Amino acid sequence: MATPLTATVDLVARFPDSVSADARPGYTGFIVKKENLVEVATAIRDEFGYDLLTAVTGVDYLAENKMEVVYHAYKTTGGTGLIFKVQVDRVDPVEVPSLYDIWAGVDFQEREAYDLLGIRFTGHPDLRRILMWEGYDGHPLRKDWKEPFFEEEAKPFKSRWPDGQHTFAENKNPFRDNLSFPAGFDPEAYQPENEDDLYASLERFRSKGADDALKTDHIVVNMGPHHPSTHGVLRVAITLDGETITGLKPVMGYLHRNHDKIGERNTYLQIIPYTDRLDYFNSMSNNFGYVTTVEKLMKIPVAERAEYIRVIMAELSRIQNHLIFIGMLMNDLGTMYTPSLYAFEERELVLDIFEAVSGARMMCNYFRFGGVVRDIPDFALQKIKDLVYERLPSKTDEMERFLNENEVLVARLNGMHVLNAEDAIRYSVTGPVLRAAGVPYDLRRADPYSIYDRFDFDVAVRYNGDMMDNYLIRFDEIRQSLRILEQALKQMPEGPINSQKPQYQVRVPAGEAYGRIESPKGELGFYVVSNGKPNPYRYHVRPASFVNLQAVEKMCVGAKIADFVALLAMLDIVMGELDR
Amino acid sequence: MENEKLSLPNYNIPEDLEHVVAITTIDRLYNWGRRSSVWPLMFGLACCAIEMIAAQTARYDMARFGMEVMRPTPRQADMMLVSGTVTKKMLPAIIRLYNQMPEPKYVVAMGACASSGGPFKEGYNVVAGIDKFLPVDVYIPGCPPTPQALIAGMIKLQEKIDKQSIKKVRWYQKGREDANYVPMPILGPDLIDVRRNAEIKQAAAVKEGA
Amino acid sequence: MYGKGILKGLSVTWKRFWDTYTEDISWVLRGKKRYNTTEGIAHRSSKDTKGIFTVQYPEEQLIVPEEMRYVPFLVYDEAEEGKKEVRCTSCGICAKVCPPQCIWIVRTNDPATGRPVPVPTEFYIDMDICMNCGFCAEYCPFDAIKMDHDFDIAAYDRSVYNLEKLLKPASYYASIRPENAAREDEARRAKEAAKAAKAEVKPAA
Repeated sequence: MATPLTATVDLVARFPDSVSADARPGYTGFIVKKENLVEVATAIRDEFGYDLLTAVTGVDYLAENKMEVVYHAYKTTGGTGLIFKVQVDRVDPVEVPSLYDIWAGVDFQEREAYDLLGIRFTGHPDLRRILMWEGYDGHPLRKDWKEPFFEEEAKPFKSRWPDGQHTFAENKNPFRDNLSFPAGFDPEAYQPENEDDLYASLERFRSKGADDALKTDHIVVNMGPHHPSTHGVLRVAITLDGETITGLKPVMGYLHRNHDKIGERNTYLQIIPYTDRLDYFNSMSNNFGYVTTVEKLMKIPVAERAEYIRVIMAELSRIQNHLIFIGMLMNDLGTMYTPSLYAFEERELVLDIFEAVSGARMMCNYFRFGGVVRDIPDFALQKIKDLVYERLPSKTDEMERFLNENEVLVARLNGMHVLNAEDAIRYSVTGPVLRAAGVPYDLRRADPYSIYDRFDFDVAVRYNGDMMDNYLIRFDEIRQSLRILEQALKQMPEGPINSQKPQYQVRVPAGEAYGRIESPKGELGFYVVSNGKPNPYRYHVRPASFVNLQAVEKMCVGAKIADFVALLAMLDIVMGELDR
Repeated sequence: MENEKLSLPNYNIPEDLEHVVAITTIDRLYNWGRRSSVWPLMFGLACCAIEMIAAQTARYDMARFGMEVMRPTPRQADMMLVSGTVTKKMLPAIIRLYNQMPEPKYVVAMGACASSGGPFKEGYNVVAGIDKFLPVDVYIPGCPPTPQALIAGMIKLQEKIDKQSIKKVRWYQKGREDANYVPMPILGPDLIDVRRNAEIKQAAAVKEGA
Repeated sequence: MYGKGILKGLSVTWKRFWDTYTEDISWVLRGKKRYNTTEGIAHRSSKDTKGIFTVQYPEEQLIVPEEMRYVPFLVYDEAEEGKKEVRCTSCGICAKVCPPQCIWIVRTNDPATGRPVPVPTEFYIDMDICMNCGFCAEYCPFDAIKMDHDFDIAAYDRSVYNLEKLLKPASYYASIRPENAAREDEARRAKEAAKAAKAEVKPAA
């Protein structure tokens, strides 16, 4: 873990003129000249074999008057990653060449950087705002942009103590609400932006029939944001030729809660409960990813017992997530309620453990830098053992008996193509969907974090890449998680649960870190830049759902509209994580 | 609970007619019907929606209150359970759903976010409470409220319904038709509440002067 | 045979349906009450639960673990004549550590000297912003702010709690979190004893 991430390749030797090592203290990776970015990136993919580009994000270095785009590339065979960056002057228009043609997986992430930081990616086929709406004033993550309820640069705010008279934030804003309009704005004269660009982008896959063919018109269907089976407030614009999907674009941002911006105002500790609310099914995994990243920056060890507790919680969370996935998939397929009611029953028992340990069912806020909040109480430990050794294995079997051979389900899932390995990698898809396509890429093995290298387990993998495999791989993963849990429960030592003293103000040395874990939905990454102050300079989440959703267009074009809901369910998206 | 009975308490009904005859008022009949079948709109926004689903499942079972019939269409729903963070981008859709609901309609703000923006209140894309646009009947604090807390909030809503009078409820008032219709906000440089156009124009003009 | 898988699946639902009756009957035969008893609720939340899983709130309530947290409250010690000794010293740590910054504290200043007095004049928590993270209780050095178990706080209006509404007696705290309260009392007594011992040594020296 201590080895520098760039030790594996020497990019400077290959491109002496256009690449230099990033020499800032605490930083790693390479800085690539903007003009040569596409050339270098192609070499990184083809010559050095970094086929999976996981994270793309921008950083606004206001003081240096620079904008930086950071790329994290990995190999699907495992190992450490390669970080390369592009720096451009912070003068509008800020332009960086798009890498869409090399890794299609940069699609949404480049759009996000454009939306929130105003970096234009030249050559991107569909560069529109993604989280905010067209016509929104400003790029919120720029350091000189202030939200309407802006109080101070960083928390804690001075108005809370010692003279903390309660006031509503509304009273401080000239518009008496969470609003900000440009000076001289006249709402009556305003013409809202239309969505022509969105509908135009749907035309990409439109079949160009022969001239003498019967002229038919395509219908545009908007699903969501209020739709029972889009797993939250996702909207999807679909063009249909009869019942076949010919074009599809997800529209998101309906739950964009400004996680990154709020995170940059928070102290390091204050971010932990906010991460709970990313993927709200797996708050334990989110905590895990975030504290691992910050621990990397702080260079502190984790208490031995706490490592085991973390693994136990994360794996319980994974089991619970996959059970809900199965239940919800059945809901989407029309088996209303019974399987999901059974799944929720087991979930309640897992949540009882979380509640006993952390205090809350869903928003656990359980991990701290260097360990966890408190030890597992004895009765809760007994409950975990009861579930792991007895209840969960038998209930998983029961679920399989209940569903797997059901003829209707088999007819619905078997042979229904989701993604092949090549496309999955191209679109940066990670998690069970990638593994069901035959790529045994699991971060617990490929780039072990925490203590996962101590456990004996198999990476669940299936090779057909159809819906049946995507469905069955969830059962495989539950079984493997149970295996890890059994070992963890046996090996767990006694001892302190935190290597640090409880403190609410942690010191984080300047530098950057990218931490990633295998969340139940895929790779969950956190990119944190510290400048030595109590709050992060840049805080970015690389959510699994968001990146995986890029493949949905590829998955669905050519399929029937009736299968769309099931295909979307395969990706197991969660809107809190997708929109943040 | 006293209110669950349809009959008024102070009338003596002969024992053999007890389950056949009820003496009551129209208000009580109306409220008894309303409270016993509050159908929620199947509508989840964020984290709280998961607890709302949990409240519908076997362990908490909201069906015991006549609230299990989640309607995906607003045309058949009585109650909008605003379960989660209301963002500016989502707000027009929520208002449209509310406008399509038939009266009587109730709004419950579940969790901190729906009540006031919650932990995300300072965010630039977050509406600081759905009560800025819709008349909220019950606020349930908590982040997220546990399913039991949600049910406790639903009981509060039932108690509120019990106190209503058919003559006084806002949706049957003459000249108060606007109470059931909220004009659609517009997504501009920021969220434009069209009811406040004049005020926004004035404040924006002052900003220019400053 | 087509339909075999469906029948196999239905056997699972049938077993679950059947379990509700066998389970109820077995409790009756053992002379125990399955509903409205702590034992019954505990069994329904255990690994052996089968049959009816519902805990019928509000008649029955789930057994909450000690660490369960909902919203914060302030602890006061009961002194004689119903006087409330507020533990809070208005040091402001909770207001600083609060992630959504929903705690407002007005520190008391001595009118004569103008120096701060360790007691809050006012204490506000906006319950509709609070994210129930428990940091305030975790980092309070005086055991003055704690997380409540009471979740039945739905209201017809926005909830901004002031000092008066936040205060709850130490006996209430001890009733919801007996282990924590005992541990903290013990630590505080030890600390006071050490202080007293030190004070006794000092005049002698």
